Amino acid sequence: MNQELINALNSIVANATPLVIASMGETITERAGVVNLSLNGSIILSAMAGFVVALQADSLIIGLIVAILVGALIALIISVASIELRRDQIAVGFVLTLLAADLAQFLGQDFTRVPGPRISKWSFPILSEIPIIGDIFFDHDVFVYFSFVLVIAAWFWLFRTRGGLEHRAIGERPESAFARGTNVNRMRYFYTVFGGGLVGLAGAAYSLSVKPGWATPPAMQGDGWIALAIVIFGGWHPFRVVFGAYLFAGLRAASSAIQRNGGLDLPLVDVHVNISFILLNGLPWLLMILTLLAVSSGGIERLVSLLPRQIQNRMRNVLRSDPPAALGTRFEAE
Amino acid sequence: MRKNQSLALQLALGIAPIIISLVITAIIILVVGADPAEVVERVWSGAFRDLTSTARVVNFWLPLTLASIGLTITFTAGLWNIGVEGQIMVGALFATFASREFASLPTAVVIPIEIIFAVVGGMLWALLVGVLKTRLGIHEIFGGVALNALADVGTIFLVSNAWAPATGATAQASERFAPSTLFPALSGDFPVNWVVAIVTVIAAIVVIFSLRGTRWGLHLKATGKNPRSALLLGVPTERTALSAFAACGALAGIAGAHRVLFTFGDLRPLASGGIGFLGLLVVLLVSIRVLWVPLATFVFAAIITGSTRLRISLQLDQSLAGVLQGTLVLVVILFQGVRQRLEQRVTQGDGDEPQQSFSPISAEMTE
Repeated sequence: MNQELINALNSIVANATPLVIASMGETITERAGVVNLSLNGSIILSAMAGFVVALQADSLIIGLIVAILVGALIALIISVASIELRRDQIAVGFVLTLLAADLAQFLGQDFTRVPGPRISKWSFPILSEIPIIGDIFFDHDVFVYFSFVLVIAAWFWLFRTRGGLEHRAIGERPESAFARGTNVNRMRYFYTVFGGGLVGLAGAAYSLSVKPGWATPPAMQGDGWIALAIVIFGGWHPFRVVFGAYLFAGLRAASSAIQRNGGLDLPLVDVHVNISFILLNGLPWLLMILTLLAVSSGGIERLVSLLPRQIQNRMRNVLRSDPPAALGTRFEAE
Repeated sequence: MRKNQSLALQLALGIAPIIISLVITAIIILVVGADPAEVVERVWSGAFRDLTSTARVVNFWLPLTLASIGLTITFTAGLWNIGVEGQIMVGALFATFASREFASLPTAVVIPIEIIFAVVGGMLWALLVGVLKTRLGIHEIFGGVALNALADVGTIFLVSNAWAPATGATAQASERFAPSTLFPALSGDFPVNWVVAIVTVIAAIVVIFSLRGTRWGLHLKATGKNPRSALLLGVPTERTALSAFAACGALAGIAGAHRVLFTFGDLRPLASGGIGFLGLLVVLLVSIRVLWVPLATFVFAAIITGSTRLRISLQLDQSLAGVLQGTLVLVVILFQGVRQRLEQRVTQGDGDEPQQSFSPISAEMTE
């Protein structure tokens, strides 16, 4: 395997990490039946807060903690609004996503393009020695290793533990979870705030690692929406979600590689296009629509019907992506 | 006696969110080391210091009102038209095309053509979101967000290529439009876009009446309340949803035309100025009551216009306007919940209303 490819894959893993952390946080929240639509703003505000606090306090740890708290606080507002005040989660999340982004721009105005601290790289002992795999996956900073642990832990929790069964139940059938003695709303508070904290951490993973520093417009603008779409594409399953995040980062890396080379220069078709420089920025969004189309109810049937009959059923199960049945609804104990 | 008490309570609950959000914003201003009183004064004078600045407020108010009125239609149908921002931009793109193509025609002919183009552009972009939802099952929030970004990319592409200034492409703005294709201003002292002002008034009246007294309005409401039962009762929910998108997109398109053919005089990236998102906030603020829209949009337009000079006068970022507006809408929404709890209306009857779950990837509008 040549070094250039290894480097490219290494940077895809690094660039995907904030998306992995944020979409895992959202997966945990949505599995409990709550939609945190504020992701885009939450990530931006916690990125700014994490960076500025780390810079001012001269402590990365304090910066990280503040970023997590910012994400958790926004999630707390959504859960109070939904559970106590019976407000629409979508409306509150949407207002918060705009508010948080404006707040970040306002409070961060004196810190744009200021050099500051960032988390340093730390090659994982032993594992980084493995040829190729080590170079791609274990030559990073702690955010990346944390994201690996997070994905596996989230999967194990959701599908291999009693607590995870209960967690999924409050997102699917809150009434029956309640009947079995679960305090549905208290657990929803917990999972929403916990997931929000991860979203906040994802913000810090941008401003303290992948896209260090703070700028207006923020470097991670739009990624929160992408993360929300990845959760859907991933069918609310940690492994599929992480696959979605890597796929996305990979395609994005490919498109920026094309940009660097000044256009797409295919050997057969002579399309020499400098224009693609700009148009390629639209690729992630086109991709977002296409991936959602692929897993949407109608889309799956259309895709599957193109396949040989023997594997149709299996593919249908692979592609199927059913949201938690009670997603976005309130629960009130009678 | 009791009645007086509840009236006082009502009033307090109505005013409290405004005071709370002003206090929160004041604290945020103090955090960055500025003086809230001075900010208020600067914003006020920025908006209303003379006729020209007031005209600027009005010229922001018009497209914001158009977009917001359009959004009351989609919200009534239960649709989250976040794509409105992109619909404004595509309206601007189509208007730009018309301005360039028909520059040789007299102003009185070219302006209606430009408006028609803007309407068609906004409508098409909105219908795309609509079809993605009703036919292909992609929730309008995600379709809208993606199409907004694609509209921005398209704008930057056109501005820096086919429509670039003759002096060289910068990706900042297109070639200036021929003066004869621009919307006319009212007079030198008070330069307001009277064409779009008239269109806005007509649009407001038409929408208010069609939401109240037409079959279409009834269909919109039924679809918004519960699309499944509406479909069972014979409401053509898909057609209703698509018509709501189309109507909103049309009004957003005119707003976009106003921005490029009046405010700027050229096409530029982000020409919408966030008017679409602001419109969504407005409609949430007034709980979809269309009669309140013009008042709310005027206040928002004054805040936004007044804040544009904060950077020069106080070295404060103009995003402060967004902070105040966002806080206000958030606090108002939360207070509606507080009020409901206080009034103890949270009884059985309320619980019977069926809740719809959030289904990001399934089509519910068709059988």
